[in-house]
Amino acid sequence: MAGLSVERLVKLFGAHRALDDVSLEVRDGEFIAVLGPSGCGKTTLLRLIAGFDAPDDGAIAIDGRVMSSAAVRVPPEERRIGIVFQNYALWPHMSVRENVAYALKIARVPEPDLTRRVDAALDLVGLTGFGERRPAALSGGQRQRVALARCLVAEPSLVLLDEPLANLDVHLRAAMEEEFSRFHARTGRTMIYITHDQAEAMALADRIAVMDNGRLLQLASPSQLYREPADATVARFIGQGMVLPVERVARDGEGRARGQVFGAAITARCGRENAPAASAQICVRPRDIAIAAGDDGFAATVSHLVYQGGRYRVEARPDADPSLALRLDVDEPTTLSAGQAIRLRLGDGWILPG
Amino acid sequence: MLSVKSSRALTSSRIGERALLPALVLVVAILSLLPLARIAIEAVMQGGAFSLEPLRRALGSPATWTATRNSLETAIGGTILSALIGGVMALLIGLSDIRGRNALVFCFVLPLMIAPQVTALAWLQLFGPSSPLLGAVGLAPPLGARNPLYSRGGVIALLGLQYAPLLFLTLRAGLRALPRELIEAARAAGAGRWTILRTIVLPLMRPSLIAGVALCFVSCLGNFGIPAFLGIPANYLVLPTLIYQRIAGMGPAVLSEVAVLSILIGAIAMLGVMAQFAFAERRDARIITTSSRAQPMELGRWRLPIEAALWLATLLVIALPLLALVMTSLTPALGVPLNAGTATLKNYAFVMFEHDASRRAFRNSFGLSLAAALLIVVIAAPLAYFIVWRRLRALRVLNALIELPYAMPGVVMSIAAILLFLRPLPLLGVSIYNTVWIILFAYLARFLVLGLRPVISGYQQLDRAVEEAAQVAGARLPKRLVSVITPLVAPAAAAGALLVFLTAFNELTVSALLWSSGAETLGVVVFSFEQGGDSGYASAIAALTVLVTILLMLLTLLMARRLPQGVLPWRD
Repeated sequence: MAGLSVERLVKLFGAHRALDDVSLEVRDGEFIAVLGPSGCGKTTLLRLIAGFDAPDDGAIAIDGRVMSSAAVRVPPEERRIGIVFQNYALWPHMSVRENVAYALKIARVPEPDLTRRVDAALDLVGLTGFGERRPAALSGGQRQRVALARCLVAEPSLVLLDEPLANLDVHLRAAMEEEFSRFHARTGRTMIYITHDQAEAMALADRIAVMDNGRLLQLASPSQLYREPADATVARFIGQGMVLPVERVARDGEGRARGQVFGAAITARCGRENAPAASAQICVRPRDIAIAAGDDGFAATVSHLVYQGGRYRVEARPDADPSLALRLDVDEPTTLSAGQAIRLRLGDGWILPG
Repeated sequence: MLSVKSSRALTSSRIGERALLPALVLVVAILSLLPLARIAIEAVMQGGAFSLEPLRRALGSPATWTATRNSLETAIGGTILSALIGGVMALLIGLSDIRGRNALVFCFVLPLMIAPQVTALAWLQLFGPSSPLLGAVGLAPPLGARNPLYSRGGVIALLGLQYAPLLFLTLRAGLRALPRELIEAARAAGAGRWTILRTIVLPLMRPSLIAGVALCFVSCLGNFGIPAFLGIPANYLVLPTLIYQRIAGMGPAVLSEVAVLSILIGAIAMLGVMAQFAFAERRDARIITTSSRAQPMELGRWRLPIEAALWLATLLVIALPLLALVMTSLTPALGVPLNAGTATLKNYAFVMFEHDASRRAFRNSFGLSLAAALLIVVIAAPLAYFIVWRRLRALRVLNALIELPYAMPGVVMSIAAILLFLRPLPLLGVSIYNTVWIILFAYLARFLVLGLRPVISGYQQLDRAVEEAAQVAGARLPKRLVSVITPLVAPAAAAGALLVFLTAFNELTVSALLWSSGAETLGVVVFSFEQGGDSGYASAIAALTVLVTILLMLLTLLMARRLPQGVLPWRD
């Protein structure tokens, strides 16, 4: 078991910076989700950690031992990692048992021990009795478990998972998500979990690393990511955040601030650091926006409604800046309709740092 | 209402099928089934009546069994050699981070596209006593010494070099389909590259390897040019050359007997193919995941030495014999040392302008190859449509049938064509025996599959919705074929036509038995010049065919981007 340290990692594909100065410290036993849209560099990061590709700059250390750097390049077979691929990559010419036992045979683990450990790994993923089957004869979820057992049997110091649930259907995905969670609790391994699904990342991870365009935007706990996004990109990406301009910001230095959004006074959360800027950006969620009574709040116009079962998702445009779209939830029944003038009030928000 | 409409649509498309499909089936039956059936009948007929006499005579002759043993020796030896060379090459090109693969693949696959008799001729020039190349460095064997290639070893060595690209191509295609994660998962499990090769790559490549080995075996077994040039002078006969000598020496009188011989060689070829299925089905190695191609394995400090060795070997094997061939073609007479003063183009002038038979041969070979290529594409384009998109069960049988004449050694098709056309055609009363038309028939039958395969892969990469859109717009099948489908598979069809053209242009096996005065092919003329001791003339024609072949191959690279991957064997 080991922590992982990624330092100022750069990977170029031609002129494209697939990874741009990415640094990451992962504690021993931690479950980290790397979250981002496709093409953001998350899979590249995983392949660099595994050692399949070499970085153009920066360093990677596992458990304090430098694995990749300008001077060092430890091949994947000597890194003691486990990896689960999106397509599982089970060897079709081997049985389930042979697949799982492979790493132990490579390590020349003697016989009684080998069988015991393979059995234990199969038991851990609930596949006892499936040892003689071929991968082709298994369902998607079962293949996934074989891949897990295979990656764990050699007790790797670090487990890498590349979108392991992406190929499963919705129901199976929910069940497997829970299993991953229990699995992490039981084994206590350090895990790096690549995904583009934020619900998955939030449900599983101790901390989430949000990536975009090859850069690491924020590394924080799911709750902090949601409540205190580091910048506008993260704010928009996570939890359907909206980013609005906020004027006349006055911070109290203890995490609260006053300001004005479209001329309406608000109070919101902010960082404790003393940023002097008087105008900034605020991140709000649909649940922070409510319809105001009387002259409260600011004027807006309903642009359309989408029924979502029990409530409506209302899109409204502030009169002060119709290019912005605000989304809020309104319980049914409602008298709102498109084109209607309303007033909106912000109940909470997070003033973005910087 | 809905059901009425759809059933009407069904009938209208059936009308097109009704006319087209039976016509295609008939053509394929005439080309593929009829010749083989005819030959089978001949083996047990004597003068129009059932008789076991031809069987007894052919199988009772010790020459038959010597030739069979020699055939097996050379086929197995050649297969082992080509498997080793092609296998190593495919693994290096397919899995390592070697540079310049396109050029390397082009050069490596070249021997496959050059006629075997030209290869044989070129190597003979390289190693012979009058070798201008060895002579230039003072290493030529003394005049009068026997060429070391006139031997079993020579035949095996050249067969191995000729067909190494076949194994390379099948294994390479298999490696292309190998998901890189399967290798990476093994690396993560701690396996080094040799372990991965042994436990992951080779087991998964078993089907490709077996298919490639079977292909090599059948090709070595059926090869005529190499044992004809290298074996006959040493009196080392294999079945195809034995058949050739019998027919050339005694004419149609021995047809029944050689029919038995060709069935014998056909049976050996089929045994090779059957063995492939027996081996292949023992274990399920189907790849169930799909992904991008394997990440190249780094050769590290070995990369440069390996690259250098590969290029050196490739150049030695390809450039040196071809150089020797060109040098011989420029030499004025046997034994005259070649230098700037003696070099002459008179051999070229002779074969292109003076010698009647070789002038005809150029015309015949070009015409026959072109006609075969065009006709085969016209047959293959609609045929592949039915095979790929209609997926009729009967057509799968047809598909296998089309493979048969090409899987069979070439002499089998020649003998069958002689038997079919020896007498005038029924009803018409004209005879095509001793004309170019019998050669054209044999080309069509034998090379149909070469044109069909690229078209099939072209269809497989097309979305059938393009046809359905035309159907919805009201176009019937013939109209759809002409206006929508053909333009889309045209690049693949062009590649198929080219493969047919090149193969027919370079072949000798079929025409060696079917040619007649006035219906010579280039292969035949090269063969008879060399047999008559006129190496200069033979080399001049051979050099010209190599030039045409390489030019056409290079030309296709220009349109390579529009082709389905893997259609052009000489492109990585």
